[in-house]
Amino acid sequence: MDTKINVPLISELSAQGETPEYLFWVGCAGAFDERYQKVTRAFVRLLHHAGVSYAVLGTEETCNGDPARRAGNEMLFQMQALTVIETLKTYDVKKIITCCPHCFNIFKNEYSDLGGHYEVTHHSQFLKMLVDQGKLKADPAIFNNKTIVFHDPCYLGRGNGEYESPRAVIASLKAKTIEMPRNKSKALCCGAGGAQMFKEAEPGIKEVNTERTEEALSTGASIVATACPFCMTMLTDGIKFRDKQEEVKNYDIAELLVMAMGL
Amino acid sequence: MVKQIIFIIVLLITLGFFAYTVKRIYSFFRLTKPFPVSQWGKRINITLKVAIGQTKIFRLPVIGFIHALVFWGFMVITLGSIEMVIDGIAGIERSMSATGWFYDFVMASGDIMAYVIMLSIIIFLIRRLFMTIRRFYGIEMQPKSKIDALIALSIIFLLMISLAGVNLTYVQIHADNYEGVFPVSAALAPILFGENQNLYFLHEVWWWVHILLIFAFANILPYSKHFHVFTSIPNVFLSRLEPLGHLPNMENVTREVKLMLDPETAFAPAPEGDAVPLRFGVKDVEDVTWKNYLDSLACTECGRCTAVCPANITGKKLSPRKIFVDLRARMKEKGPGLLKNISYDDGKSLIGDYISTEELWACTTCNACAQECPININHPTLILDMRRYLVMEESAAPASLNTMFANIENNGAPWQFSPEDRMKWAENL
Repeated sequence: MDTKINVPLISELSAQGETPEYLFWVGCAGAFDERYQKVTRAFVRLLHHAGVSYAVLGTEETCNGDPARRAGNEMLFQMQALTVIETLKTYDVKKIITCCPHCFNIFKNEYSDLGGHYEVTHHSQFLKMLVDQGKLKADPAIFNNKTIVFHDPCYLGRGNGEYESPRAVIASLKAKTIEMPRNKSKALCCGAGGAQMFKEAEPGIKEVNTERTEEALSTGASIVATACPFCMTMLTDGIKFRDKQEEVKNYDIAELLVMAMGL
Repeated sequence: MVKQIIFIIVLLITLGFFAYTVKRIYSFFRLTKPFPVSQWGKRINITLKVAIGQTKIFRLPVIGFIHALVFWGFMVITLGSIEMVIDGIAGIERSMSATGWFYDFVMASGDIMAYVIMLSIIIFLIRRLFMTIRRFYGIEMQPKSKIDALIALSIIFLLMISLAGVNLTYVQIHADNYEGVFPVSAALAPILFGENQNLYFLHEVWWWVHILLIFAFANILPYSKHFHVFTSIPNVFLSRLEPLGHLPNMENVTREVKLMLDPETAFAPAPEGDAVPLRFGVKDVEDVTWKNYLDSLACTECGRCTAVCPANITGKKLSPRKIFVDLRARMKEKGPGLLKNISYDDGKSLIGDYISTEELWACTTCNACAQECPININHPTLILDMRRYLVMEESAAPASLNTMFANIENNGAPWQFSPEDRMKWAENL
């Protein structure tokens, strides 16, 4: 990419009297996780390419409280949530896009219980829309000899019934696709949900991410596609644990689209 | 006349005992917390789909289909049972035959399904007795659970044998001159009985065996895991309708947080009739909602939840089924004491004595269990309510989670990063 991208801050737009159509909620993993920062950057490239009117909160963003709530700390969750709702009210935010299914779920389903009503879109749904509109076109030559397997994030799939959008984005790459035996509503969790991401697993015979990674590897796919920052950490770790990082790569659907478009 | 009197006495005893059982179970519901219910149209829809249509049982297609046959068979056969009760009270035979084609349909389908259920039950018994189905095992699967299953299956089998007996003797006695249509029995009767039409006594015996088995079965069910015959349709009707990802809000926490964020409200009078609850989250049976308790009564311990649980699959202690088996057992233990004295304390609790914190912390809230449950039991919300108790009442979160909480409080992220660095990803884009 030659042209430099300036990510618009909502506070700056607001000072100029502009209101972006969408707030892009980056999320903690999107902002801080070294691997997942690449996904955030890829998604932003796609937003710019498609000419989407959006902005981010920047340093005004804070945790929306999801990990605290899933870990049972309702008090901390609600303090974060009420703070975030106030911030979003300041900028008159009505539509939110996010790459994180956990952020997606909590804004879409749970913030309304505290008075925060938004139209919330996961990046898989947003990218599908842009692909359908012809604004994002993959070069079919890039992935045509690759096989991609998609891992359903729990909070996108079972949590909110969204199985098709990420698959539609992958289908636009014209790669070969394959499904794991446990897919869609029967998909196995990566092991990170419910605040497991932030703690050691309880004693058992195996790690959940190993179980899921082995299932993904058994398909023979060379690319494991994910659509969630935590799934990405778990499956990337799993692939390394099975020592397959040379043959098998883990990418977010936004990264795949960027690669297929040569952005 | 004598038959009528005997029948009515037996019926009254049956209904009396059943009413006693129901009243006893109902009284336990009074110990639980509210669970708001609305959107009745949606509920009728979900009941038609999930309960009557058996859509979720088909997630395991083969065995699910056999279960669906038994369920649908029971629906038509129950109509016939209602007729038998009317017949018994009124001292007449085939009291509903005046309904014409409808009667023919009910009798014909009931006759066919009696034999279909017989075969299905044989398959179920073979699976239970001679096959190793992993989900039928687990620490929560006590011998009582297996015995319960075998008793219920055996009674259903005898119910169908006796119904076949009633139908076979009926069509044989009346030859071509009977009410209703009995395709299978009419074909089998001549093979079994030949020319012999003098089967009045045998018919009477099968009739009584069938009706007495129904009465006995109805009264045994509430004391076994097969109570689901009565409770699962209401349980589906009363399902949570929110997306599985949604976790119910804690209003009492919202009040406290608003108070903290806006001291002005501290001086506002507390809303009328809005007593501060004794505790945050769920520690014991009196903290659960009535829907949680209904879930526990509706669970038939099929284990489809546990079979798909990522924690359980990888050898952790958590078994979603156990949560509801434990809730039901704990209510049985503590409920009677609580009914006598609302502050009854036996020194035990659901958390700790039944469900360990290790089980609760192993959950990934992936909702595979809730997705799989054929009757829409919701496990993750109850597990989360127990975590809420552990964290907010006992401050008993694992140390790493306390670190995560502190990070969110101090830097607005679950990891220890400075909020100033939130835009680092956008440099040199």
